[in-house]
Amino acid sequence: MSLAELICPAGTPAALRTAVDAGADAVYCGFQDATNARNFPGLNFTPYELAASVAYAHAKGTKVLLALNTYPPAGKVDLWRHAADTGAQFGVDAFIVADMGVAQYIAQTHPQVRLHLSVQAAASSPEAIRYYCENFGVKRVVLPRILTIPEIRQIRKEIPCEIETFIFGNHGLMVEGRCSLTNYLTGQSTNMDGVCSPASDVDYRRHEDGSMSSQLAGFTIDCFGPNEKAGYPTICKGRYTAPHRPDGYYAFEEPISLNLSRLLPDLIDAGVHAFKIEGRQRSKSYVRGVVSAFRQAVDDIRAGRPANIADLVALTEGQKQTQGAFETKKWR
Amino acid sequence: MTKLTLGPIAYHWSPEVRRDFYAKIADEAPVDEVYLGEVICSKRAPFQEADLPDIIERLERGGKTVILSSLAEVMLKRERKATADLAELDSPEIEFNNAAGLFARGKRPHRIGPFMNAYNEATIAWMATNGATHVCLPTELPGPAIAVAAKAARDLGLGVEVQAFGRASLAVSARCYHARAHNRTKDNCLFVCEDDPDGMPLRTTDQNPILRVNGIQTQSESYVDLLPESARLVGDGVTHLRLMPQVVDMVAVATLFRCVLDETLELDQAQESLENLCGGTKVSNGFYHGTAGYRRINAAAPL
Repeated sequence: MSLAELICPAGTPAALRTAVDAGADAVYCGFQDATNARNFPGLNFTPYELAASVAYAHAKGTKVLLALNTYPPAGKVDLWRHAADTGAQFGVDAFIVADMGVAQYIAQTHPQVRLHLSVQAAASSPEAIRYYCENFGVKRVVLPRILTIPEIRQIRKEIPCEIETFIFGNHGLMVEGRCSLTNYLTGQSTNMDGVCSPASDVDYRRHEDGSMSSQLAGFTIDCFGPNEKAGYPTICKGRYTAPHRPDGYYAFEEPISLNLSRLLPDLIDAGVHAFKIEGRQRSKSYVRGVVSAFRQAVDDIRAGRPANIADLVALTEGQKQTQGAFETKKWR
Repeated sequence: MTKLTLGPIAYHWSPEVRRDFYAKIADEAPVDEVYLGEVICSKRAPFQEADLPDIIERLERGGKTVILSSLAEVMLKRERKATADLAELDSPEIEFNNAAGLFARGKRPHRIGPFMNAYNEATIAWMATNGATHVCLPTELPGPAIAVAAKAARDLGLGVEVQAFGRASLAVSARCYHARAHNRTKDNCLFVCEDDPDGMPLRTTDQNPILRVNGIQTQSESYVDLLPESARLVGDGVTHLRLMPQVVDMVAVATLFRCVLDETLELDQAQESLENLCGGTKVSNGFYHGTAGYRRINAAAPL
């Protein structure tokens, strides 16, 4: 049986301490700049905060993984190298990377620190994963959220590294690291700036009939009736019209969360080494609730006890949830 | 001399349409290099394979260099095999759009496609030491970064390519959005994407054209147009400008770019002609200018 480590989000030092206390095996976090894919205002760590947080986590036996998972545009590579140097100096347990140049720099300069391949590298075949393992010594791959469990089981047999999968949180459906939707509408890039549907470009507009539209950079992404709760305008969760769909439909995916709690035993059996909970932008209480519940469930499964899956399903109460691609390839 | 290339057809054009299109390109278009092959959807590939040798021969007879492009998304068995098979070819040249191809190719010479995320000089240097001879930069890379990347690539002896015309690829997925729009799954798509040779238009619910769907790919509504920036790109070290096939007169598009590069036509006049060729489709250069990609900046590349 795999170790089934629980990898938890830490958007702030307080959330990091919360996740550690709630039983995370590892937390992942980033600096307050473009070097990570959650470069949102009010989130992330100063170098000083990272140093203190690593000490806190290590004292409790929790690992710290530093996300350096964006793509430096030419001329700005030093920002990523400096972030890696700082992380290594503070003793982080692994770097999560996507860019080949960044991976090579770390493999050469900090060979003592583990490299994890970010979902942003979009490695979805054994060959692609082995490319990163053989060239940069990658020890773990975070798989894209597009594979079925039988496919994951097969990949596990063909690669020399550990597998980490997302189990809870945002249901990203575009191939990560290949998406310029946000840059097309806002001028801020997911790959280069770590920005996705930035809050600074979000607007909610109330119309005369009481309906409300959510907008990104002036583009209407979705609209809601007078009594509906307006969702956040993420481009790939928006409602659009097409020639065959004049009334508007969710062209890519509905606003929906990923929740694989029912599939945990199958994922463990398939050889998944680590489970990732998404949500560095989430509150402390959210982190506490989700991490505690999954800690209990994973411990139960590892001990051969029946896990209380109902509690995990209830975590997304009020929001639609999906098992996405993991359950059936009909999702595609 | 700066070369013009024709990128791979992103859409599911029928074999007949493709044959006619490439015959015209071979005879009339002032492009130097042509990328062939299915990059978006592995289900479509069998429709093209039969004609591929003839099309290659036709283009080469017309004096074009032919390069085969690999799939952007490699996950299924048939996709892994198609990528590995391409990597075994000695000729024509190969362009990879997925790391699975780089793995199979090893250090044998190859080109780096626009999906490979060659954003910076460190990554380009890594790729060059592992057999890359040519790199197509990401379409969203802004002008100042293009200049730095192009210089680094040139210093390493690599060709440097930038998409100068056509819809930008904004995302790819495992899910087929053409099938979804018609309430089908990808495995049961019935190739409905063939009905939209220039992509399926998506509008916002208040009727603002925004994106195009092409199977698993999401594209820009606007055509990227870097004709006004072409002199600047060449000055910064870009060696190849890529024109993506759209449902417009691509011979005329290529001719306009060639004339501007050769300074045989005034830019203003060429730009006006190009916009006329594009009909109702807006043109954009926002990515180059570091602003929203859909925007059109009316300045000849002030940096």
